[in-house]
Amino acid sequence: MAAISRDDVAHLAKLARVEMTPDELDHMAVELEQILGAVKRVQEVATADIPPTSHPLSMSNIFRDDVVKPSLTNEEALSGAPAKAEDRFKVPQILGEE
Amino acid sequence: MTNIYSTAAEMASALSKKEITSVELTKAHLDRIAEVDGKLHSFLHVDNEGALAQAAEVDAKRAMGKMSETLSPLAGVPIAVKDILAQKGIPTTAGSKILEGWRPPYDSTVVAKLKAAGVVILGKTNMDEFAMGSSTENSAYGTTQNPWDLTRTPGGSSGGSAAAVAGFEAPLAIGTDTGGSIRQPAALTGIVGVKPTYGGVSRYGVIAYSSSLDQVGPFGRTVLDTALLHEVIAGHDERDSTSINAPIPQVVAAAKRLDVKGMKIGVIKELSGSGFQAGVSARINESIELLVAAGAEIVEVSCPNFEYALAAYYLIAPSEASSNLARFDSMRYGLRVGDDGTKGAEEVMSATREAGFGKEVKRRIILGTYALSSGYYDAYYGSAQKVRTLVKRDFENAFTKADVLISPVTPTTAFKLGEKSNDPVAMYLSDIATIPVNMAGIGGMSLPVGLAEEDGLPVGLQIMAPLMQDDRFYRVGGTLEAALLSKWGKPILSNAPDLAVKK
Repeated sequence: MAAISRDDVAHLAKLARVEMTPDELDHMAVELEQILGAVKRVQEVATADIPPTSHPLSMSNIFRDDVVKPSLTNEEALSGAPAKAEDRFKVPQILGEE
Repeated sequence: MTNIYSTAAEMASALSKKEITSVELTKAHLDRIAEVDGKLHSFLHVDNEGALAQAAEVDAKRAMGKMSETLSPLAGVPIAVKDILAQKGIPTTAGSKILEGWRPPYDSTVVAKLKAAGVVILGKTNMDEFAMGSSTENSAYGTTQNPWDLTRTPGGSSGGSAAAVAGFEAPLAIGTDTGGSIRQPAALTGIVGVKPTYGGVSRYGVIAYSSSLDQVGPFGRTVLDTALLHEVIAGHDERDSTSINAPIPQVVAAAKRLDVKGMKIGVIKELSGSGFQAGVSARINESIELLVAAGAEIVEVSCPNFEYALAAYYLIAPSEASSNLARFDSMRYGLRVGDDGTKGAEEVMSATREAGFGKEVKRRIILGTYALSSGYYDAYYGSAQKVRTLVKRDFENAFTKADVLISPVTPTTAFKLGEKSNDPVAMYLSDIATIPVNMAGIGGMSLPVGLAEEDGLPVGLQIMAPLMQDDRFYRVGGTLEAALLSKWGKPILSNAPDLAVKK
């Protein structure tokens, strides 16, 4: 397994939308390497003939009737919003980046 | 006389005979919380007003003679709820700064069921942030202390709920269990904790950590109390698409059965012997002898792939978490940092998540992002899913030879606060015996079976049953509990120090 570099962690942090301080990046690179060293054991028994299990119950596509039911009011839905305007969530600008 | 040291079943009975009111009982628990929670820190929020109002409502209904037919046997009995379940208008943080001050506009299904049954909600309990941890040390709001020894952890992630019940702040509590987060703290605090079959209890309104593993479940001081709560919260919910549409296992009847004659109990070879503290193994072996004396047959079973379960868990859970926690984007609820009018949405999002998430949460998000990234997916997440198949097969094989399986819940008794907090891999190892149950989706119980000789701290026995056969571990647990109680002559918690003694 390739070593996890500080740059790798910085890339992952960017993908995950979590800013990290230089100090955090250094620590995380070391810890991630340790953890990956411990968990890569799964590869010892995961042979090609074994099907993967993604979920403990064999369920698929649960349907319900398509009817309108009581739900949150506009005011309730916005009650936890960090910022709101005109009965809507107010968000920072989404254009003009990258 | 009924008091805070009574069982929930005794409280329920005294309430129905009108020997005590729910307001009196609720007030006694709120007083206890005021007296001892400075030492334990089980609670993140205590809802004095709401609890007393709910209790008064139950008392009024009972006075009108409406109770027996309309409400549950637990009507008027208080409960503590893990701070990961949404409760309308009550702060719900999941132990994270990113949700500080959030008051949900709706009730989770479990909270709604508790309210409908007249179970009085005292407050919300401390936990590892987003349920990621085994010691409650990852809470953004301080650690919870173990009532048996305030320098030790009550376990986690549902450590606050377990400490509340063991510390007589509440007779019952709700927890969640993703890799052992109900059973491990139950074991470390000397109480009963159950992880029901996956899908047995609705998760609507429960803040998600790892969706293919998370399950809500009950804590109590006795097997019967735990069963009574289990029946209140279980059952199909159309708002949770992973909820099982089948009758609830008859767990209360099973807890009362007190008979294991002819049952086959499988001892898992790989979860015994070296690797477990001597005092833990001794108590487990004593329990096995008591079960044999009660007429059970012991068989040894082998689950060779369990040794890979821990590694698979620490790939699957972080992977699912990295996806689930994407919802904390600072747009609709929770914290927002750095929105000064010049920064874009993604910059604000990243700054908010940096400020709002703790160290372990970031660690798992980064690990999960790595395990799911292209080029590594097959080697990590894909391999872990295959291990999951192998663990399921091990259980299926074992259940052809035995009706239930048993093992210790934890390798050791409660460890010191701070002992493992800087060594993630060592911390992860405390879940080695509980994780296989979540991987297979089956149910499991932690039952207190005595104190380890070397440190005088509680030991938990894990009892596991096949999917939707949760009644089986209540049957075995109830029988063993009765045998232990007659051997001890008093409940295990009477050995814990009295927290209320003034210094």
